[in-house]
Amino acid sequence: MSPAQARADVIVVGAGIVGSACAHELARRGLDVLVLDDRRGGATAVGMGHLVAMDDNPAELALSAWSLELWRHLAPDLDDASAYRNCGTLWLAADDVEMAAADAKRATLAAHGLDCQLLGARALATAEPALRDGLHGALRVAGDGILYAPNAAEWLLAKGGARIIRHAAQVVQVCGNLVRLADERWLRADAVVLANGIHAADLCPDLPLRPKKGHLLITDRYPGRIHHQLVELGYVTSAHASEGTSVAFNAQPRPTGQIFLGSSRQFDTLDRRVEGPVLARMLRRALDYLPGLAGLNAIRSWTGFRAASPDGLPLLGPHPGQPGLWLAVGHEGLGVTTAPASARLLAAQLFDERPPIDPTPYQPQRFPLAQSAVPAQEARP
Amino acid sequence: MSEHYDLLIVGAGPAGMAAALAAAPSGARIALLDDNPVPGGQIWRDGPGAHLPPLARRLRDGLERHAIPVWSGTRVVAAAGPQALLLEDPTRGWRVRYDRLILCTGARERLLPFPGWTLPGVTGAGGLQALIKGGLPVAGERLVIAGSGPLLLASAATARAAGAHLLRIAEQAPLAALARFTAGLPRWPGKALQAARLFDHRYRAGSHVLEALGDDRLEGVRLWQDGSTVELACERLACGFGLVPNTQLAEALECALRDDAVAVDDWQATSRPHHYAAGECTGFGGSELALVEGAIAGHAAVGEQTQARRLFPRRQRWQRFADALARDFALDPRLKTLARPDTLVCRCEDVPYAALAGRDGWTDAKLVSRCGMGACQGRICGGAARVLFGWTPPAPRPPLSPARIETLLCLEDEA
Repeated sequence: MSPAQARADVIVVGAGIVGSACAHELARRGLDVLVLDDRRGGATAVGMGHLVAMDDNPAELALSAWSLELWRHLAPDLDDASAYRNCGTLWLAADDVEMAAADAKRATLAAHGLDCQLLGARALATAEPALRDGLHGALRVAGDGILYAPNAAEWLLAKGGARIIRHAAQVVQVCGNLVRLADERWLRADAVVLANGIHAADLCPDLPLRPKKGHLLITDRYPGRIHHQLVELGYVTSAHASEGTSVAFNAQPRPTGQIFLGSSRQFDTLDRRVEGPVLARMLRRALDYLPGLAGLNAIRSWTGFRAASPDGLPLLGPHPGQPGLWLAVGHEGLGVTTAPASARLLAAQLFDERPPIDPTPYQPQRFPLAQSAVPAQEARP
Repeated sequence: MSEHYDLLIVGAGPAGMAAALAAAPSGARIALLDDNPVPGGQIWRDGPGAHLPPLARRLRDGLERHAIPVWSGTRVVAAAGPQALLLEDPTRGWRVRYDRLILCTGARERLLPFPGWTLPGVTGAGGLQALIKGGLPVAGERLVIAGSGPLLLASAATARAAGAHLLRIAEQAPLAALARFTAGLPRWPGKALQAARLFDHRYRAGSHVLEALGDDRLEGVRLWQDGSTVELACERLACGFGLVPNTQLAEALECALRDDAVAVDDWQATSRPHHYAAGECTGFGGSELALVEGAIAGHAAVGEQTQARRLFPRRQRWQRFADALARDFALDPRLKTLARPDTLVCRCEDVPYAALAGRDGWTDAKLVSRCGMGACQGRICGGAARVLFGWTPPAPRPPLSPARIETLLCLEDEA
């Protein structure tokens, strides 16, 4: 069957936060976009929706800091359902070593122009009285926040107006700028953007994406117990660095008054079930920081899979072996944070412009990716 | 180190009590747990306003005579390893291991949204019964009961005994179906007595609720009746649209379902070895069927096939009654169209009908609208969404009901 030209300039595969941000950005630039999503749900549907400046390496910081700025620009227009809150993050230091790490982080973030301060033990206790005694302090990052990602994605798509058309359809094959749907139809556009997270590896088996399973839990409504997003500094140092199953404390005050608890990491499983021992370990870690949670009711727990790349950075740019195919995948746990900047970086490359940050560290060609099996037509808008 | 029992029974209604008493003489170590304050289930719910029948008392006494531990006020939080459950009561959370499990988790009322259904004064039909048994005074209040099935009659009987002024029972099933059902009743002794109530002038077939009226609380109800609408002023409206089997725990244990109920074989065994189910969670059939199913499950679970088999004919008889119920009280499709765009479907999260209509399924609707994300975790709106939109919520995850975080810590060691 010969491919039909989609009634759009670009096809975006995946309507999660990254695909929606890409579609939003491309529509903003005057392109017509067809968004295809099979409604399986990915990381956007199950994640915490945190907006957090991360600085594991300079490229991560550059992307997340720029993206947070873009979110803050979008924030006044976001609808209530997107539940954006600029609550800030407190990176908690349990001892002197972590306090030194907090100070180093402060220096790094401040050098990048981010608003942050160190809090001593007493200031921390005043800011968050529910935390246990004995913590040494925290780094407060003022520009961080939270949102409800499924509805933020909906909002981004809706803002594209008539330029964005959405179809509930499953893409079963991708070949450059061609996609095949489950009903055997082939569609063609000037460009195809793959933004379907972990499912991208089903369509492009050469993508170096690895699922990292996570557990989350949310409580009933207990307004006013915590005020910031709370994260242990071990989150970036010891706890999640290993290859085995790990947990780290992460808590959010949701606008509903619910307390949202994470996090866990497990490799090489695609079993969606909640695993009691992992959940319990994660909660024990949370009680270590917030002992008052013990008697509160949990109402729901679930799991999800982060699409992790080998170097922890997303793949943003052209697929080196498949002309016409563009990638916006591999965001791991930072897809919500970095979606707007990811979309800008991708669009700048599509339009052959120079983006505000260097796109090189995120370009897919840093990995050995294969040629497509079927020759595809080269095309750029 | 967690506790261990030969036989654990979840639910102390008719099925659960019958199962425990059938299994007790074998000498098996048995424990029975239930989330109500005392055994009896929904049908024999106890309280200041309750009048328990002798049979219910006999069963309760039997549990005491056999010294079977009954954990009341106890909920199942999660499956906790291959043959273990995590439980919680008001004071503790703990893990129990078992060799055999019998699920007698019963059924809950199906509530369907209609304009005004969230007004104070509007309850479920079974819900009103439970409130009255719990001591709610209704004497002198004008009451309308609407919905479907024999539970409407039971609710009416309880309310009248408590002094409520019953104005109307509106049964949505058409008269022809009711006539067929009542004609069959003499085959089931005891049920004929209930049938006498069917001919009360206040009972109308082919009639359903359209709207609950009132600003801050219920002031009246608009009904569809005899091909037109009527309005009745009242203080209470009790609506129930049949029962939904409670299958959450069975699903969490990966037992197969059939027709939205736990699938069982002749021995009341589920698809999972060593796991049995009896009573309303295997399909609605009334307390008589639940009792005999429970007894069969109890015998089968302790290896007494002969005793179990002797009860097969009795079960078959009551099963025919259950089949007639399902056939004759099938829901009228018009009940799917009662809600208006602004009618709430999910009460926990205040989600109106308009936010759900047109979505691609339960998960899509839930993500976008928060429907089913509240404390009841979709138990009410999930059942409604199933009728209204044909959506199937996915298998439940732990915690199966709200549970203290410290209780969930018991899942750390599944050995």
